[in-house]
Amino acid sequence: MAPPPNFNLNCPVPITGQDHVTLAHGGGGRMMHDLLERIVIPAFGNQPLESRHDGAVLTAEKSRLAFTTDSYVVRPLFFPGGDIGTLAVNGTVNDLAMCGARPLGLSAAFILEEGLPLATLEKVVASMACAAQAAAVGIVTGDTKVVDRGKGDGIFVNTAGVGVVEHGLAIAPTSVRPGDAILLSGDVGRHGVAIMAVREGLQFDTTIETDCAPLAEPVLALLAAGIEVHCLRDLTRGGLATALIEIAESSRLHLDIDERNIAVEENVRGACEILGLDPLYLANEGRCVAFVPAPEADKALQIMRNHPVSARAARIGQVSEAPASLVTLQSQIGTRRILDMHSGEQLPRIC
Amino acid sequence: MRFVDEYRDQDQARRLAQAIAKATTRPWSIMEVCGGQTHAIVRYGIDELLPPAITLLHGPGCPVCVTPLELIDKALFIAARPEVIFCSFGDMLRVPGSGGDLFSVKAKGGDVRIVYSPLDALALARENPQRQVVFFAVGFETTAPANAMAVFQAHAQKIPNFSVLVSHVLVPPAIEALLSAPDNRTQGFLAAGHVCTVMGFEEYLPLAEKYHVPIVVTGFEPLDILQGILMCVEQLEQGRAEVENQYARSVQRAGNRPAQALMAKVFRVVHRKWRGVGEIPKSGLGLAEEFAAYDAETRFGLADYHKDEDSECISGLVLRGVRKPHECPAFATRCTPARPLGATMVSSEGACAAYYQYRRHTEKSREPAPRS
Repeated sequence: MAPPPNFNLNCPVPITGQDHVTLAHGGGGRMMHDLLERIVIPAFGNQPLESRHDGAVLTAEKSRLAFTTDSYVVRPLFFPGGDIGTLAVNGTVNDLAMCGARPLGLSAAFILEEGLPLATLEKVVASMACAAQAAAVGIVTGDTKVVDRGKGDGIFVNTAGVGVVEHGLAIAPTSVRPGDAILLSGDVGRHGVAIMAVREGLQFDTTIETDCAPLAEPVLALLAAGIEVHCLRDLTRGGLATALIEIAESSRLHLDIDERNIAVEENVRGACEILGLDPLYLANEGRCVAFVPAPEADKALQIMRNHPVSARAARIGQVSEAPASLVTLQSQIGTRRILDMHSGEQLPRIC
Repeated sequence: MRFVDEYRDQDQARRLAQAIAKATTRPWSIMEVCGGQTHAIVRYGIDELLPPAITLLHGPGCPVCVTPLELIDKALFIAARPEVIFCSFGDMLRVPGSGGDLFSVKAKGGDVRIVYSPLDALALARENPQRQVVFFAVGFETTAPANAMAVFQAHAQKIPNFSVLVSHVLVPPAIEALLSAPDNRTQGFLAAGHVCTVMGFEEYLPLAEKYHVPIVVTGFEPLDILQGILMCVEQLEQGRAEVENQYARSVQRAGNRPAQALMAKVFRVVHRKWRGVGEIPKSGLGLAEEFAAYDAETRFGLADYHKDEDSECISGLVLRGVRKPHECPAFATRCTPARPLGATMVSSEGACAAYYQYRRHTEKSREPAPRS
């Protein structure tokens, strides 16, 4: 269609680009993606980083090691079902698991704000010890720094982890193949709503708890059973939708999923309806997607369902060639739409 | 989930779509007024179920999109002041003004907070008597009663450090402006269910009669919208032009009288600029004289600030239903939700953003948008 007369490409409200970091840069969406692609990855460019996976797999003599790190700045520090300590351990254990690695050891680095009650630190550390024990890994090294009052937010935690890769697969987005089945390990959206409810003082009839949990067991069970796992991705900020979009873009393939097969707890759905949020974009801390060849999908699901953390695993879609780099979703009323990466965090709508 | 899943039933949706196809004998253009309806239509792909003869036009019912540039600028100016706590609904934070958005003000040190109710902002004012707390009172008739209540309570409780930056707009004058425009294509309207929950639908009766146009008060779930379209098509086919109520489970003819009374006390009807459309007479709400002390524009000396928008952006044509979002040359290339050229690309209720998120591959191309 012809443009309207006198159409001028000059924008009436030009955006000249952000010259400061905004919160949207940390939201797990397109802006964070751009920040990494434009500033961070080019500066460090190397082969393991280029795979854009949850962790790097490094070769040491005859063995392969997975290595990953993550920082935790959650507010509030304590929330239903977990705290910053459980997040910091499970997050890194899960990033190792997404490489198909068995965790060997974790580091923990704390940035503490002057004035933090020691009882708070003790509580967080106890949670970390408990989570590490559950994931059968030790926290073997660490660091502590203190910053002036007002220069931190109580506690910031960084964890890094090393794991051993005991399989010969290349588990990465680039290994996804047309015909793969997409498996989801459980219901989505709980962590995002749990945090938002506490942070914003929203009250619901039932308390929504985070799904924070380690995923190493079901993943290692899949590998032990000889399932040819092509890709794994844990669903953190940006949720299921963002994880799938990243994989579609890296693999240059088409991912098609069915909304009706994606479990969302009733209370999470209710909260999303009230706030105008999409559960597919909400954060999770104990959920992952697995890409496996379709003939192995049923066996893989059975294995995942044997573990409490992935007892509700379901097949949600499949991979095809075209349209490339796109995720489509069959809606509840049977029509199809695309899933796009949000630019920052989801914002509650006006009405 | 009860009371939700019933309205998203696939078989019922197909049956309604078949009924619409059966009722349709020639082309009709129907506009949904509300951004919430636009979002649902595109999110659920409702228009894919319709016969090709039915064209849905996406109207100016997203409050984020129609808030004028000069008001966003005023918000940015106020929010940047060190003594101010600036409170807003979430989706206003990314709307571009002349110099950035509220997120960038926050990044530079402004105290900008997302609230879920104007009463939360009032509570902040009570807790922070040494700060100025300003609430960005945006929206249609739906949000006006709660915003009126905040001002009313501030007055009753004598909370002097609270004020509101008001940009309320009204639906009926916008419908009239659309209908009287020479390039109007709209033959029937789906009126916004939530607006009518507050206001009722009596004020739409003269519009239906004067312009001989059917108006169906419609809800927001897929089956609501399909049924609203069916009722509208049946009227068009039968040559009727009446106001009908599809959303009877929420909307009563007279609306919510106590809410209207509060609005009438706190607000007065004013001329209002609409982004992309221009000024529409008597199309907005401003504070009534009794409550003028709570007007943030006056308090911060901004009443005389004016900023005209460049007329090049086609968001005005999109908002009036004259163009579809993907008919803009910048759509999904130079203009994306991460870098919006106009407000219709910012809010998830904006027609351009809704098309971008859910429809880019079918309407534009099968390639993903280039990374900007």
